Amino acid sequence: MAKLSTIEDLRGLKAQILESAAAANVTQLLICGGTGCHATGSISVLEVLEEEIEKQGLSDKCKVIETGCNGFCAMGPILVVHPDDIFYQKIKPEDVPELVKSQLIENKPYEKLLHKDPVSKKKITHQSEIPFFAHQMPRVLRNKGLIDPESIDDAIARDGYHGAAKALLEMTPQDIIEQMKISGLRGRGGAGFPTGVKWEFASKSPSDVKYVLCNADEGDPGAFMDRSILEADPHAVLEGMVIAARAINAHKGYVYARTEYPLAIKRLQLAIDHAREYGLMGENILGSGFSFDVEIYQGAGAFVCGEETALMRSIEGKRGMPRPRPPFPAVKGLWEKPTILNNVESFANVGQIILNGGEWYASVGTEKSKGTKVFAISGDVNNIGLVEVPMGSPLRQMIYDVGGGIPKKKKFKAVQLGGPSGGCIPEAYLDTPVDYEEIAKVGAIMGSGGVIVMDEDTCMVDMARFFMDFIQEESCGKCTPCREGTRRFLEILDKITGGKGEPSDIEALETLASTIQDTALCGLGQTAANPVLSTLRYFKEEYDAHVYEKRCPAKRCVALLKFEIDPDKCTSCGLCFKGCPVDAITWKKKEPAVIDKEKCIECLTCFEKCKFGAID
Amino acid sequence: MAYDPHPHHPDITFEMWTRIDEIIRIYRPKAGSIISVLRECQDVVGYLPVELMDYIGQGLNVPRSDVYGVASFYALFSMEPKGRHTVRVCMGTACYVKGIKEVMRRIGREFNIEEGGTSEDRRFSLEAVRCLGACGLAPVMVVDHDTYGDVKSDGVIKILNNYE
Repeated sequence: MAKLSTIEDLRGLKAQILESAAAANVTQLLICGGTGCHATGSISVLEVLEEEIEKQGLSDKCKVIETGCNGFCAMGPILVVHPDDIFYQKIKPEDVPELVKSQLIENKPYEKLLHKDPVSKKKITHQSEIPFFAHQMPRVLRNKGLIDPESIDDAIARDGYHGAAKALLEMTPQDIIEQMKISGLRGRGGAGFPTGVKWEFASKSPSDVKYVLCNADEGDPGAFMDRSILEADPHAVLEGMVIAARAINAHKGYVYARTEYPLAIKRLQLAIDHAREYGLMGENILGSGFSFDVEIYQGAGAFVCGEETALMRSIEGKRGMPRPRPPFPAVKGLWEKPTILNNVESFANVGQIILNGGEWYASVGTEKSKGTKVFAISGDVNNIGLVEVPMGSPLRQMIYDVGGGIPKKKKFKAVQLGGPSGGCIPEAYLDTPVDYEEIAKVGAIMGSGGVIVMDEDTCMVDMARFFMDFIQEESCGKCTPCREGTRRFLEILDKITGGKGEPSDIEALETLASTIQDTALCGLGQTAANPVLSTLRYFKEEYDAHVYEKRCPAKRCVALLKFEIDPDKCTSCGLCFKGCPVDAITWKKKEPAVIDKEKCIECLTCFEKCKFGAID
Repeated sequence: MAYDPHPHHPDITFEMWTRIDEIIRIYRPKAGSIISVLRECQDVVGYLPVELMDYIGQGLNVPRSDVYGVASFYALFSMEPKGRHTVRVCMGTACYVKGIKEVMRRIGREFNIEEGGTSEDRRFSLEAVRCLGACGLAPVMVVDHDTYGDVKSDGVIKILNNYE
């Protein structure tokens, strides 16, 4: 491939790719190759599918393409037939021959593997009609499931790098920054700082060396937006970085990626190689005279490295510990040079903003939060996966319309937003629109986009303990309030969930919270108390039950459980007996079951199996 | 016998030392490469014994305290030998909500391993890891390179018994 040296080359290439695709006129079989689907066996489905197509002599009529994450992770492995838009889910290799016969030979959808809506219980043929997809507005994820992430041609055919070309050849750095400010894009990593303003600071910092960094250290538990973007559309991220580099006049960039994301790293590296080959990265990009190159830097497993100053220390090869600001990274960042750091999702938005204009981007959203936001919905919800909705969509819509509600007819208890720095929001506030300011008002934060739904079986005190355990372990230890404060927090929460809580403990939690908030060095410590404060605010009665009655209402805190079966409530169904992995339960038909506490290993399987709440 | 400049260590063979030397040679001119060198050396040996960290410090011309400082800071690095199979249990929020705590306790009890430790027969190392981003499969456990979704405390032992 010869390097593209003008904007006409790029446009010509797009036209050529589209033309040859139209001429080939093949049915595309888009099989999801995200981490979730890989784990459920999509690779063997893909192999069998290719064999079967070969065997049936259909190779000229269709093409199998492994795409990035489709987003509907709960239903993997997933296959979408394009252009017919037919959605198949949970495919097993042995289903493939029947599927091929029905879909490709007889030309009718294969009923058995179509999606069944958890609410209406009806089968749905087309992807666009499935409620999970119907309520979404894909902008960042516009290419997900539609392109082969390992093919730069696929990206270019869908306007990839066209925004970068415009920025490099038709705009001044001031124009770029102006459009970014008009778009109202705010940092998608969670803090919500206006991206255009950040770039403006860095562009005004005098220096011959500057850096553009991409934060792909997606550490919040329950968040997988950035991984999916990198796996599905790595070129969009690179394009954003090129534009940012032009805006601040930087020539070197790094993507700081989590080592836990091998597939994302592999695809991103491939994308960088291809972009260099095409002349879309490296020296004299598209004949503009501007040069910029990107390298991947793998993290080594430290949550605090998601904090900007810590991340920069880590790239320098040191212990990733934050430092006080100012000086801000826009003035002194990596190797003490002006640096901008943006999150994966922020960068993935940039190409579209430049191509369509800032006003286009700002046309959806709320007054202060523009555009769309990608969320990863997981936990106790039917449709686990990746969704992109306009800012301002109410949480209820996300959980019930897109998410399909709570499984097993359980009741909703809370939704956790914003990872370990966020908070839990109860039923009463589910109509809160998703917007940086509104979410903060109800005691959580927008965060990077992890949305974890919890049903009635979740103990909120235990959840607070879970987050504190996380923060305490990830605290870097540099500042005392965070290092010591989080440890004291954890000790108190351990005491409460362990059945030794005293009334003064709740007060101590509140005092500690305000001290840490006021005195910790970085965001990790300043927000550490949020999960505790928000559960105390909305679920005080659960704390009280643990402390005063020594009872865990959700029956999750082992130390507060008796492991006894109430004979009045027991219906003698035998489910607990069948579920017990160590035969600690004795049961006969028509007689209530009994737990032998000597044998019991307190694994809680019986609690989960019992449908009548008969075990205490 | 030719002079061997490498420190003696029972878990590091001559071939391993050769590869380690190569890694150090490549990264030596680059600034801030301790993390990358430690990562690649750990891939060679399986963990980071003190002798190896000292050797890396000498090779990169940085104080050994710096090497130790980095190795002890990041969760990826281990200074203890690992078992034949690494069981990584996802401690992400989604997995937690769906009962990974019970799974973890069950494994620990059955094979007598502490979280972060290795069983006495070096069969399993049990690690609690940060969110693997496969929340759609929660609760998730990864044994070596095999990912298992929807793992429950009653079925987990059967899965692990497939690994000798």
